[in-house]
Amino acid sequence: MQASLRDARFRALVFQLVALAAVIAAGVYLVSNTATNLEARNIASGFGFLQREAGFAIGETTLIQYSPADTYLRALAVGLANTFRVALLGIVLATIVGTLVGLARLSTNWLVSRLATLYVEVLRNVPLLVQLFFWYAIISENLPSPRAALNPLPGVFLSNRGIALPTLVYEIAHAWVLGAFLVGVLLAWRVSVWARRRQARTGAQFHAFWTGLGLVLGLPLLAFLLAGAPAQLELPALAGFNFSGGATLTPEFAALLAGLTIYTAAFIAEIVRAGVLAVQRGQFEAADALGLRRGLAMRLVVLPQALRVIVPPLTSQYLNLTKNSSLAVAIGYPDIVSIANTAINQTGQAIEGIAIIMAVYLTISLSISAFMNWYNKRIALVER
Amino acid sequence: MRTVVTVATLASALALTLGALPAHAQSTLDAVKSKGFVQCGVNTGLAGFSQPDSKGEWKGLDVDVCRAVAAAVFGDATKVRYTPLTAQQRFTALQSGEIDILSRNTTWTLSRDTSLGLNFAGVDYYDGQGFMVPKKLNVKSAKQLNGATICVQPGTTTELNLADYFRANNMKFKPVVIEKLEEVTNAFFSGRCDVYTTDVSGLVSTRGTRAPNPADYVILPEVISKEPLGPVVRHGDDQWFDIVKWSLFAMIDAEEMGLRSDNIDQHMGSKNPGIQRFVGESGDLGKMLGLDPKWSYNIVKQVGNYGESFDRNLKPLGFERGLNALWTKGGLMYAPPMR
Repeated sequence: MQASLRDARFRALVFQLVALAAVIAAGVYLVSNTATNLEARNIASGFGFLQREAGFAIGETTLIQYSPADTYLRALAVGLANTFRVALLGIVLATIVGTLVGLARLSTNWLVSRLATLYVEVLRNVPLLVQLFFWYAIISENLPSPRAALNPLPGVFLSNRGIALPTLVYEIAHAWVLGAFLVGVLLAWRVSVWARRRQARTGAQFHAFWTGLGLVLGLPLLAFLLAGAPAQLELPALAGFNFSGGATLTPEFAALLAGLTIYTAAFIAEIVRAGVLAVQRGQFEAADALGLRRGLAMRLVVLPQALRVIVPPLTSQYLNLTKNSSLAVAIGYPDIVSIANTAINQTGQAIEGIAIIMAVYLTISLSISAFMNWYNKRIALVER
Repeated sequence: MRTVVTVATLASALALTLGALPAHAQSTLDAVKSKGFVQCGVNTGLAGFSQPDSKGEWKGLDVDVCRAVAAAVFGDATKVRYTPLTAQQRFTALQSGEIDILSRNTTWTLSRDTSLGLNFAGVDYYDGQGFMVPKKLNVKSAKQLNGATICVQPGTTTELNLADYFRANNMKFKPVVIEKLEEVTNAFFSGRCDVYTTDVSGLVSTRGTRAPNPADYVILPEVISKEPLGPVVRHGDDQWFDIVKWSLFAMIDAEEMGLRSDNIDQHMGSKNPGIQRFVGESGDLGKMLGLDPKWSYNIVKQVGNYGESFDRNLKPLGFERGLNALWTKGGLMYAPPMR
């Protein structure tokens, strides 16, 4: 290769190197300038604070035990767990609600399709933050105090402290039930693989779905009954200021979950509708001509093609929902951003705190995106 | 090939110049003078300390500290611009240079004074943390709060004292942590929390101005912490630190000397050497600070002494002088001599 700028390949290489050098230089400048200024102003830096005692309390510690005597690292882990909790539940619920609303918009029933249209148009055009305040206000202003809590079902209490629910007192038998459930899932999967192979070979059909359902539900039930049906409920009871015992869904969590689910579902509904509409009419007719029933035609012909259109935009809705969960700060749900903000304020280490928040969201987003890309590849059109 | 070398040289030269640029260090006083106003970080709305009135003008004890600094620097107490800040935003705003002074009921603690890179320029209000509960709960003491749900603002010393107090007394609580003052007090008054905790001054101010019916709420007798509140500046600019510190001291010394906005003109030409120094007729205290000789006269004339500010801002809300009386009257307000 001749080292001359007239050589297109060499020129391209040089420009790329120059660009790379400029980016690195800018990065080095930013880092060193920041370090110098922090040093000059005597502001503490580094991640040593993560091992120090946090000293503040957190309202929701469902998944990870935490007390103010624990470290900042643990406090952040609690925040991360809270983010995961609301994001995962939100994704599942938004997908279900969104799919139902999306299909409802395609319904031939005038009322159903208009209601679904109204849902989509109203909810996706009102900012999420406003919706969160709305749900939070509804819960905390309209529900009664714990001493006058609503009691719609035995053991369930609705008050402005949230929803208090009974919980199952754990016994070793419950682990057996869970084990039986997992075995059931595994067996159901094996049966469906076997049934598909057999059908491909011989054409004989097998009721794999019902057998599978029987295994998944029946085995745990059998284990439960064999163990003598141990079901001791812990009921919430009013003690002092609040309910104790059982489990509590706080108003903050409920408002955030409701807001995220209902808002994102409006977008998912449109994606689902677009996906189904993207499948050509001829496909329905061809399935009809083959004698497939409506449900089978949907499952075997329409849905696999619709999913190809649905999955990529659905991925970005999942990412949006996860990132939007950071609006939790506004209504006091202790997610990762809320905890990191508190840590920043108590230690003054803003740069480290923001870096942690960024790393967390980047990791979550890239993981969701990697999973959805894998799924997308699986359902993509296979060309033979 | 020559072109390549030129491009590469230029790029590395650029990188070197950028890398070698020093951290820019213009003094805060020069920066303030050249922009023509003091940028002051205040609370988003705490009656008596910093809150805009019906005309949109900021009023309060913390606001008066900002105005005093403007009077000292410019001879005009109106040359202040306000940045309303939440508890979480305040230190970053000061560290990054967005504001020149933070005067936002901020507690002086060792870790803030050191690891945040800040300097506390004195105390304009001696406070302590308390608890407020609805009367109908029939709670008489903070020791009865086991199991309570407590509303608190994040990023405050309050949040830490609260956890410490309950740990020390072997009690449990559920925090509801909301950043904005309006939202956190709404949550309390709507019944989301049993208890609201912050500095007693904040409780009195919130009860008086935001409660649907102030008589329905009581402040419990326990005061669980020391909260000396004062103005804060960035570490590393001693001149600016001195100016803010002595602007506050001038307000306190003026009260001790009996100098008020309505009588300071009569004290011009006084025989008292202390007053002569204060109004700038003798000595060169102003010059030592890099300010006009009349700097402290302007503070008293335009803003008033500490007692005037207290009476104007806090007394109408039902505040007692208490710890904030002058040291000569049994309080803690004590400023070093101006000589």
